[in-house]
Amino acid sequence: MIGVLAFYAFAVVLIVSSLLVITARNPVHSVLFLILAFFNAAGLFVLLGAEFVAMILVIVYVGAVAVLFLFVVMMLDIDFSKLRNGAKQFAPLGGFVGLALLAELIMLYQVWPNPPPLLEPDVLDVDNTKALGNVLYTQYVFPFQVSGLILLVAMIGAIVLTLRTRGGVLRQRVGAQVERSEADSVEIQNVSVGTGVSNV
Amino acid sequence: MDGFSWIVLSPIKQEIFLSLVGMLLLLVGAFRGKTSVGFIVTAVVVAACGAIAGILSGDWTPIDTLSGMLIVDGFSEWMKVLILSGIVVSLLLSVSWLRENNLLKFEYPILVLFSGVGMLFMVSANNLLSLYVSLELSSLCLYVLAAINRDHLLSSEAGLKYFILGALSSGLLLFGISLVYGYSGTLSYVGISSFLETAESMPYGIMVGMIFMLAGLAFKISAVPFHMWTPDVYHGAPTPVTALFAIVPKVAAFGLIIRLLVGPFAMLAQESAQIIMVISVGSMLVGAFAGLVQNNIKRLLAYSSIANMGYAMLGLLPNVPEGIAGTIIYLTIYMVMVAGVFGILMSLKRNGQSIETISDFAGLSKTSPFMAYAMTALLFSMSGIPPMAGFFGKFFVFQAAIAGGYMVVAVIGVLTSVVAAYYYLRLIKVMFFDESAGNVDENTSLSRHFVTVGALVFVLIFTLLPNHLLQRAIEAATSLFS
Repeated sequence: MIGVLAFYAFAVVLIVSSLLVITARNPVHSVLFLILAFFNAAGLFVLLGAEFVAMILVIVYVGAVAVLFLFVVMMLDIDFSKLRNGAKQFAPLGGFVGLALLAELIMLYQVWPNPPPLLEPDVLDVDNTKALGNVLYTQYVFPFQVSGLILLVAMIGAIVLTLRTRGGVLRQRVGAQVERSEADSVEIQNVSVGTGVSNV
Repeated sequence: MDGFSWIVLSPIKQEIFLSLVGMLLLLVGAFRGKTSVGFIVTAVVVAACGAIAGILSGDWTPIDTLSGMLIVDGFSEWMKVLILSGIVVSLLLSVSWLRENNLLKFEYPILVLFSGVGMLFMVSANNLLSLYVSLELSSLCLYVLAAINRDHLLSSEAGLKYFILGALSSGLLLFGISLVYGYSGTLSYVGISSFLETAESMPYGIMVGMIFMLAGLAFKISAVPFHMWTPDVYHGAPTPVTALFAIVPKVAAFGLIIRLLVGPFAMLAQESAQIIMVISVGSMLVGAFAGLVQNNIKRLLAYSSIANMGYAMLGLLPNVPEGIAGTIIYLTIYMVMVAGVFGILMSLKRNGQSIETISDFAGLSKTSPFMAYAMTALLFSMSGIPPMAGFFGKFFVFQAAIAGGYMVVAVIGVLTSVVAAYYYLRLIKVMFFDESAGNVDENTSLSRHFVTVGALVFVLIFTLLPNHLLQRAIEAATSLFS
């Protein structure tokens, strides 16, 4: 009973907050609602018994992605109301496509024969962090490794597209410092009275 | 390495080798900086050639590995040879152009290599999960490459446009995959096809999932109605990157589509044929008619590639080995022709500036006769005039479509190829009969010249020795059905 209540509470807040993400006027509010949506989705995962996915959702999406969004929204000076005006002229088309997709999904749901059994680890037997670990490096080692390559490429790409070497940056060069000898850094001037240093 | 992991890993040893080479060269580049670019390009080309040799000398018996994530068979091996040759050719073409335009960064060949690795995985994917990750690996490199000229407005625009539309298409693909997974309960190709074979009622969910997946993949091969990004990206990206886009990724995406249609969705062949038919006819029409009004040669080639993807799809309609073989031959010949055309395009410069509009080609037959005649041969081939190679490509796919009973589509294909011939022939007319637009610079790059001459020779003598290629294509196609 409590589980059902919790499910509906999480689900309703999730749907309402994700609607607010796209309708809120202030982009900072949008991001905050996005964070709320992530927390509620995490709650739904906990109800399913998938606590690892729930934690990952909170750590990765709330902790990193949403905070990054917040920074971007605050740092970039984008006039969202102007963007939104441009989007309005596509609203009828977008609405039509959305409705068509919704109708298709509803029809699909009705002809869903009986969902085939999906693989489920026994929740009482193995906790799901361990269950995921068991398959991540065995059955799914290929996608796991290729994901690593994708992240490497993303890193290379970000560097290629943004790194600029600027001139006039003062950097410590240890080698040059050690190499410095007295001969090329100190010069003894014989200053005669009343003339000052002449050849500097 | 113990025997067990060798058994698991040896079918994909080329891919592992190439990714290790890529990472090693990344270190070299990061420590040595700009001075190491030449070495890195050479190393990538040599490594890719080594991988081609490894594949050609290897064993092509079908084997699946890494718990069914990948399958290695005649089809995937032949597609890998095509992809790696495309990578090598596009690198040979691009180096001197990039150097002349001060764009040669050491990351360029490494990104090309990693996208190649992704494409090699794409054609041997045997599970929806490995399909997705390998597709993303190759696409992500291509997004970066499109924007590599980051100080240029058009290039940045091309990169951004490609990235956003690519992300959208990945979304469609993932949505389709989730539907297929939800209704069949498995991600592996074998599991899906056996589920469909034993299904009692019409599996609508899987059908809708398949449609979404095809929509997502149609983005990657720039087929109508998902072609909008192609002219802008081709136009905006630096010419060597455009050449890469035109030569390689489409072959890989086609490999992916072919394996999907023949493997897991074989039971839905009737439904998928309808979609392929619409996409193919649309691509042929848009490619032919929109190409008529283009003045920029890169945009023209973009529309030409859209039309060519339509023709290549004709071979997929009947879902028989002969049709697939036709598509493979078509793609092979198309790759060679496009490589030759881009070789010429990058060689032609006037006062150090690249030639981009069609009017710049005026009178080329007097100022640079070799280029003009080579271009003419390649364009004749692209418009499908016998005895050039392009004719045979079209011949095989049309034959496959007619044999499969798709007469109307084949007739539309022939008619649109007549329309498309107009813009190829117009370019020839401009080169030979128009008032010269001034001298062009000497071509200084030997490797570019090599590629152009190679493509020219292939196009001209294909009619004499077609059997080897035909044999390979048919073997590759039949290995899919065994």
